[in-house]
Amino acid sequence: MKNSEQRDLFPGALEMMILRTLKRQPLHGYALAQHIKRTSQDLLQIEEGSLYPALQRLLREELVKAEWGISATNRRVRIYKLTAAGAKHLQQEVSRFERMLEGITRVLAPEES
Amino acid sequence: MNLFRRLFSRKRLYNDLSDEIREHLEEKVEELVTGGMLRKEAEHAARREFGNVMLTEEDGRDVWRWASVEDFVIDVRFSLRTLRHNPMFTAVALLTIAIGIGANTAAFSVVNSVLLKPLNYPNAEQLVSLHQIAPGAPGLADFESGLHLSPSMYFTYAEHNRTFQSLGVWDTGTASVTGLAEPEQVRTVEVSDGVLQALDVQPAVGRWLSEADQVPRGPQRVMLSYGYWQRRFGRDRSVVGRNITVDARPREVVGVMPKGFRLVDTEFDVMVPLAFERGKLILAGFGYNGIARIKPGVTIAEANADLTRMLSVWMDSWTNGPGTNPHFYETWKITPMIRPLKREVIGNISDVLWVVMGTIGLVMLIACANVTNLLLVRIEARRQELAVRAALGASWGRMVRALLVESVILGLMGGVLGAAFAYGGVRLLLAIGPANLPRLSEISLDARTLGFTVLLALLSGLLLGLIPALKYAGPQASFALRSGGRAASASRERHRARSILVVGQVAMALVLLVSAVLMIRTFQVLRTVDPGFTDARHLQVMRISIPGALVPEPEQVMRIQNEILEKLAAIPGVKSAGLVSEMPMEGFDSDWDCIFAQDKTYQDNVMAPLRLYKYISPGFLQTAGTRLIAGREFTWSEVYGLRPVVMISENLARETWGTPSAALGKQLREFPSMPWHEVIGVIEDVREKGVQEKAPEIVYWPPMMNYLFGRNTADTIRTETFAIRSERAGAEGFLNEARQAVWSVNSNLPLASVRTMQEVYDASLARTSFTLTMLGIAGAMALSLGLIGIYGVVSYSVSQRHREFGIRLALGAQSGAVLQMVLRQVAALVFVGVVIGIGTALGLTRLMRSLLFGVSAHDPMTFASVAAALICVALLASYLPARRAMRVDPMVALRYE
Repeated sequence: MKNSEQRDLFPGALEMMILRTLKRQPLHGYALAQHIKRTSQDLLQIEEGSLYPALQRLLREELVKAEWGISATNRRVRIYKLTAAGAKHLQQEVSRFERMLEGITRVLAPEES
Repeated sequence: MNLFRRLFSRKRLYNDLSDEIREHLEEKVEELVTGGMLRKEAEHAARREFGNVMLTEEDGRDVWRWASVEDFVIDVRFSLRTLRHNPMFTAVALLTIAIGIGANTAAFSVVNSVLLKPLNYPNAEQLVSLHQIAPGAPGLADFESGLHLSPSMYFTYAEHNRTFQSLGVWDTGTASVTGLAEPEQVRTVEVSDGVLQALDVQPAVGRWLSEADQVPRGPQRVMLSYGYWQRRFGRDRSVVGRNITVDARPREVVGVMPKGFRLVDTEFDVMVPLAFERGKLILAGFGYNGIARIKPGVTIAEANADLTRMLSVWMDSWTNGPGTNPHFYETWKITPMIRPLKREVIGNISDVLWVVMGTIGLVMLIACANVTNLLLVRIEARRQELAVRAALGASWGRMVRALLVESVILGLMGGVLGAAFAYGGVRLLLAIGPANLPRLSEISLDARTLGFTVLLALLSGLLLGLIPALKYAGPQASFALRSGGRAASASRERHRARSILVVGQVAMALVLLVSAVLMIRTFQVLRTVDPGFTDARHLQVMRISIPGALVPEPEQVMRIQNEILEKLAAIPGVKSAGLVSEMPMEGFDSDWDCIFAQDKTYQDNVMAPLRLYKYISPGFLQTAGTRLIAGREFTWSEVYGLRPVVMISENLARETWGTPSAALGKQLREFPSMPWHEVIGVIEDVREKGVQEKAPEIVYWPPMMNYLFGRNTADTIRTETFAIRSERAGAEGFLNEARQAVWSVNSNLPLASVRTMQEVYDASLARTSFTLTMLGIAGAMALSLGLIGIYGVVSYSVSQRHREFGIRLALGAQSGAVLQMVLRQVAALVFVGVVIGIGTALGLTRLMRSLLFGVSAHDPMTFASVAAALICVALLASYLPARRAMRVDPMVALRYE
């Protein structure tokens, strides 16, 4: 029932991408969604809405913090910022992910013998 | 912990989230519109891209939730709302549960205070009563209380033991206190050294009686109870050191015991030292209760072994006089049987209390069955709701939980109400104050009782909800959607739970009713037993004691008693008056001794069977209504002439000489130096210890005689019960005249234990009538709850089968046949219930055998009549709703569809 589209990603992938994006610069929700979409060149099927529960989770874990502010287009928006804990968490997650990816790639690679 | 911050700031968090999502959508729409899309299309597109807004919000919130607890809160809220919207159902269910829990809590508080709580002494588990039995002592086998201690035994035990911290003997009595206001008869306890040390309760004022106070003819000292101190001295602390006149002798008050202090379970006013004269003690004189505190770590078995060892020390150290064999007592097979003091206090009441607790527990089960039934009926109406919930994806566990939450809430609310009922019930019980209930004043609702209530409420709540929850929230809950709530006719499946409940209720009601009827039969049988006196309502009794310090001359005592009798007999409306050492069932310590018949031989000529000794004046038999079987009674000239005459009870006459008339003219005596006494009369058997107990063999002596206390001089019994036969017995005016009559003879004589024999008789039946009342109440509750249950089930099933009956009638069934069909189905259930009930009752009533008298625990008449009555009443209860089945109008029933 929950975020069925998220099952296409692995758990934590969305959070990882959010953290990575926020590491570059603080963003509000919509901009975050647009950025992920754009950078992934629409390869990933992500409902924009699914971003928000993920953001709530990150807020709860205090990996990001949020503040109401004014956007470039002069809107009242909630801007998310990476915390120190968030940066550290991202680093760990990325290295874990890379190792996992390497493992998967090796298994999937055509056998050379 | 930021949990709190989270809980409090949650509203803001949620608002932030909603705002944010709204802003997100607006931004998107704006962007799309800027890109050239129509606003309406843009809105749709934005939503499409975003996904389910509601769900997103909910998921976002879920992150912050403490999910299980909050679901629970929602369940609770929902349950409370449902209960509020069904006030009738809620009221009936709550009341039923509350009555059940209330009754159980009250019963438990009694069981807890009387049976479970330790006694009110420091380290009460070390306290024991020095109980001993003597299976070899002829006649002693009748002694319910076993063989008491003699003073010489006390000294031996106190001085030679290795297992006790302290040890003493005590006895109850009465004394008159004069010089304060009106002469007053007070309750006394006489204690040896060691009793207070064993109980280890410090005095409220002053000091304990000490060893120095136990010296005979030494300083005369006493202690007071708190109640007496308050009543007579207004709690004046300067009472210590003052003298009060007890039994015409001045005695110095040395201390006051604290409030609530009782000696074992005896309330008293004045505590007097026993002050044994050690030099004059013999082996015999088994008249004292022994109490001791065992050393820590010593077991009862070790203490018993210690006493057994000391018995031979006792026989070696003392004698019964020249020419007697001290080791004669070996034939008595005296065996120490030390009991925890608590058991001594509780006595035989624990059977009664457990039976009561058990029956009330059954009532609770029946009440639960009824409420479960109500829940089943109500949930039937909610099948649709449950089916919809299941279809919308509510998990099975979640639905079970919701239903259980509801029933547990019912249980807890019932528990709160029940605790209030119990409080009232306990207050009522204390107000009635059933005699014979030990530790009555300690009964209260304490923490343990309240814990029990909470546990009971929770358990009954779970029990209530379990059947409906498993049945309707189960995996097939969604079936109901398909059948659309208009299930053609009730399936067997749907009725099974309710049928089981009916069977169970009938079975439990049968058990309770059988127990109640067995008690009623016991009571009836007891009522028909001839107690040995007649017309108790018009028989006034009172105790008067003439202390030696007031009137030293024994013959003078007899003359005063005789004069009092004459004055009493002269009161208008008095038929006659008589004197006796104690009336039956009065519960005063009785006098047992051996008796020898001249024409019989006795093994080793030292010991003969022990018989109860009583002392009666001329005119007593006629006054009490006790029949003379053969011969004649004493005359006053025989009494004053100290003639060697005696009377005996019928059973003693039959045992010794075969028939009552054969006993006349035979000779009896107590010990060799006593002259032979001629049997001049035989008296009907008297139930001295209550109608349940076998009538003891009794020797009746004149109230004044030589050798009364073993010496060759005339002696009298100084404390006697005066019996007065009058239509005016018990009336206040009459009692005033009786008091004036006594005081006209001697104004220093207090009257004690002023009662009619009816009161004495009722008190002796108190245990039986208490049990009867409790079982009666439980039985009545079970019966009415059971009937309501059956009525409810039948009327519900009739209403459910309306259509079926309509079809049957339309197809030509006779209305009588429909009625019969319904009744037959009920009868089958009731029959099964009755059979199960009889089986259970056969097992359970055995537990109450000790409470029954003259009726078997498996009395077939009782079982048959209760079963028959229950079936009849159950059919009657189902007849009313079943008649409605008969009256179904086929057209109306079918048109409903």
